[in-house]
Amino acid sequence: MLLLGLETSTSPASVALADERGVVAGAHLGRAGAHGRFVAAAMAFCWHHAGVDASDLTGVAVSLGPGRFTGMRVGVATAQALAHSRAVPVVGLASLDLIAFCARYARRPICAVIDARRGELAWAFYQPGAGGSRRRSEFRLGPPERLAGEIEAEREEVLAVGDGAVAHRGLLAAAGGEVGDAAAEPSATALVSLARERFQREETQRPEDLTPIYLRRPDARIAWDGRGALFGGTGQGGAPGVAANPTRKGPL
Amino acid sequence: MLLLGVETSCDETTAAIVADGREGRSNVIGSQVERHRPYGGVVPEIAARAHLELLVPTIDRALIEAGAAYRDLDGVAVTAGPGLVGALLVGVAGAKGVALAHDRPLIGVNHLEGHVCAAQLEGAALPVPLVALVVSGGHTSVVHLDAGGVWHELGSTIDDAAGEAYDKVARFLGLAYPGGPEIDRLATDGDPTAIAFPRALAEEGYDFSLSGLKTAVVRELRRREAAGEPVSVADVAASFQEAVVDVQVAKTMAAAQACDVGDVLVVGGVAANSRLRAAMDRACQQHGRRLHVPSPALCTDNAAMIAAAGANRLAAGQASSLELDAQPGLSVDGLTVPLPGWEPAG
Ligand SMILES: [Zn+2]
Repeated sequence: MLLLGLETSTSPASVALADERGVVAGAHLGRAGAHGRFVAAAMAFCWHHAGVDASDLTGVAVSLGPGRFTGMRVGVATAQALAHSRAVPVVGLASLDLIAFCARYARRPICAVIDARRGELAWAFYQPGAGGSRRRSEFRLGPPERLAGEIEAEREEVLAVGDGAVAHRGLLAAAGGEVGDAAAEPSATALVSLARERFQREETQRPEDLTPIYLRRPDARIAWDGRGALFGGTGQGGAPGVAANPTRKGPL
Repeated sequence: MLLLGVETSCDETTAAIVADGREGRSNVIGSQVERHRPYGGVVPEIAARAHLELLVPTIDRALIEAGAAYRDLDGVAVTAGPGLVGALLVGVAGAKGVALAHDRPLIGVNHLEGHVCAAQLEGAALPVPLVALVVSGGHTSVVHLDAGGVWHELGSTIDDAAGEAYDKVARFLGLAYPGGPEIDRLATDGDPTAIAFPRALAEEGYDFSLSGLKTAVVRELRRREAAGEPVSVADVAASFQEAVVDVQVAKTMAAAQACDVGDVLVVGGVAANSRLRAAMDRACQQHGRRLHVPSPALCTDNAAMIAAAGANRLAAGQASSLELDAQPGLSVDGLTVPLPGWEPAG
């Protein structure tokens, strides 16, 4: 068994290669905005140093979000194309499940929280138990106040983990939650560990059936305002996304 | 040499298999037009989601139609830009996945370079040196490809691309999306001289501006409405189209003259416009230049053209690194792809 894991749905990105004994190679990028450049090069790095190549892979695991759409799509598209090309199965897991996995030794309810941007958080509740924590809620998306309300309604003290929890430490603590350590973030290491059992139980998917967890409807704003510039409309040297002509009228 | 091409720069998820940069074995287009139709334009987030959904099935179909397997590929060519960043990223990531899976070269291609290289898929080498008018929903550019394989972007739109202007005017006229084919169809029954719309920047360089024309259409319709003058939608369509085409033809011919080239290409989705074709045909005949317009399936955004451009690059030893990034503002200007087998003119 040789599994590749890709986690690019949040601001850090990571790649891990694991066999039945554990992780054999990994790479981690601790900042946002460069996932597109990082992932494929990190994959090549991992199998080079593990002394394997793509033909040795028996499965690909990928994080489906929730998180940042562009990063998540980089991971999912890479995983799908790689797995389809090699005719190996895939397993997709939620980024929140990976965060909860980091806190699996806590003996109380866990709430995994991700900063979903635009002032919103994405979260889910987990119950610790034998064999790891089990998710016991839907994935939710909403303002921090709604999460605080849910934490307040819990009977036991909740351990809140993830970047969304750290960012709203004061609010969640006031609601009766304890905010765990900042290191709880989705990682490819957690991903391959969790996915390994799925592959063993053959609970796998076909690559083309993977569906990202968006939790948000697409912004139905037409690209016209930025498009002239996006398509080279500013001529040479135009910055992408900058309106080509500031005096221009809006769409009809 | 067999290449997979992947192109996801805008609203079509496309994949193709091309042999030796000339022969298309398959050219599959997973169209998203229905998903964008309710909005009357391309919605970037909808496009990015749809690309992800359609990418692997589209590549799969391209392989099946070509009777090829992944292991038969000699490389993977993909559009790196320009385009919508979220859309480009999906194609680039997918292309890397395929390239890594079989340890094949990855070749990032400029979308405009691809449009021009579509002409290779008609079976002949590119007629360099050439001047190309690249017109589509996303771009309006005049490009010069010189005998040394150096690309020069002489001019482009400073605001709306041609197809975009067509969509906006079509929407104002209450026509269906996409607007280009609708206006083209209606214009055949209209009088192109009925309304004298402005020809912006007609005498100045090679840049285009269409946003003023669009505003002029709106103003004229409102004026006529206020004055109680009946207005024929066909006349408006024909007059608008005439104004667009006039400028495009004038600039392209001026560029061909200035660059002293005998061959003129019209490529991109709007190349299918019947009025543009007829006018370019006439102008080229008048000036003794040869006009090349690839078949419509090769003019609209497609991945075969990307594979064709990728083949040129691979032959020139220009594969990309695995760190290839989507570049939404990528320019073709200054790109150099020396090609073996190209006969320098003169
Ligand atoms: Zn195009």
